[in-house]
Amino acid sequence: MKSVRALIVDDSSVMRKIVERALRQAGVELAELREAGNGAEALAVLAQSGVDLILCDINMPIMDGLEFVKRLKDMKNATGVPVVMITTEGSESHVVQALSMGAKGYIRKPFTPDQVKEHILPLLQA
Amino acid sequence: MTETIQSEPKVRSHEEMYSFLEIGTKEVFSLMLGRELEAGQESHSQPGTAFAAMVGLAGDICGVVSVRCGQRAAERIAALMLDLPPEKAVEHVSDALGEVANMVAGNFKNKLNGKNDGCMLSLPTVITGADYRFRSLSVESGMELQFSFENMPLIVKLELYGE
Repeated sequence: MKSVRALIVDDSSVMRKIVERALRQAGVELAELREAGNGAEALAVLAQSGVDLILCDINMPIMDGLEFVKRLKDMKNATGVPVVMITTEGSESHVVQALSMGAKGYIRKPFTPDQVKEHILPLLQA
Repeated sequence: MTETIQSEPKVRSHEEMYSFLEIGTKEVFSLMLGRELEAGQESHSQPGTAFAAMVGLAGDICGVVSVRCGQRAAERIAALMLDLPPEKAVEHVSDALGEVANMVAGNFKNKLNGKNDGCMLSLPTVITGADYRFRSLSVESGMELQFSFENMPLIVKLELYGE
């Protein structure tokens, strides 16, 4: 598997670190790691340069994860980039909404490293 | 035709909610910190609370989930979550406890509602300091769970608002 450029979007810096660790534990080699505290910051990050993988929370201030995924469709740098939601919002409507907007996976917090591996690795090998 | 997921909220007993909150809290500590919570003792009811993290619930049920603990426990939680030595974890304590409260409330909500979309979570709020009181308005019922986290007291409280 090639090394990837990942973007982690979460308003909690602690959760961003945990997701980063889970990615490394899953065997993902990170060529570059970028972070954003909400959807608006993430769009600004993507306007600078592209990434290979996006992991995104839903419940965030300023711009939530669902709005971010919706707006990604207009971003050149994000075309074809897999987005996986990592969130405490576990309701079916959130899952359906996120997947219908283009997210490729959905992981509920709390999660195990194995769950991250299961959801992420197939997307990077595709 | 659009399929609707919303359904009538299921009425839950106090015992069921207690169980969901207890299991939900234990899962967060087990999965995210690699630590098993033990039952707390009555003498632990006042942990010399230095940190209280709160998350609001709004929807089928309305209320607040709070997680309270002392300084040392909060630092240990941050250190375990981030895999850092305690001295380096200090600056992340509020964020870590807020995220624990967020996951406890979310896990509780998901167990309570299943796949139904009956409840929203607020962003976490964290209060720091030993000498404070907070009071939620219109509290109809509630429950307090006392845990022991590495022999330090940790309290999880659910307060439910009336109509």
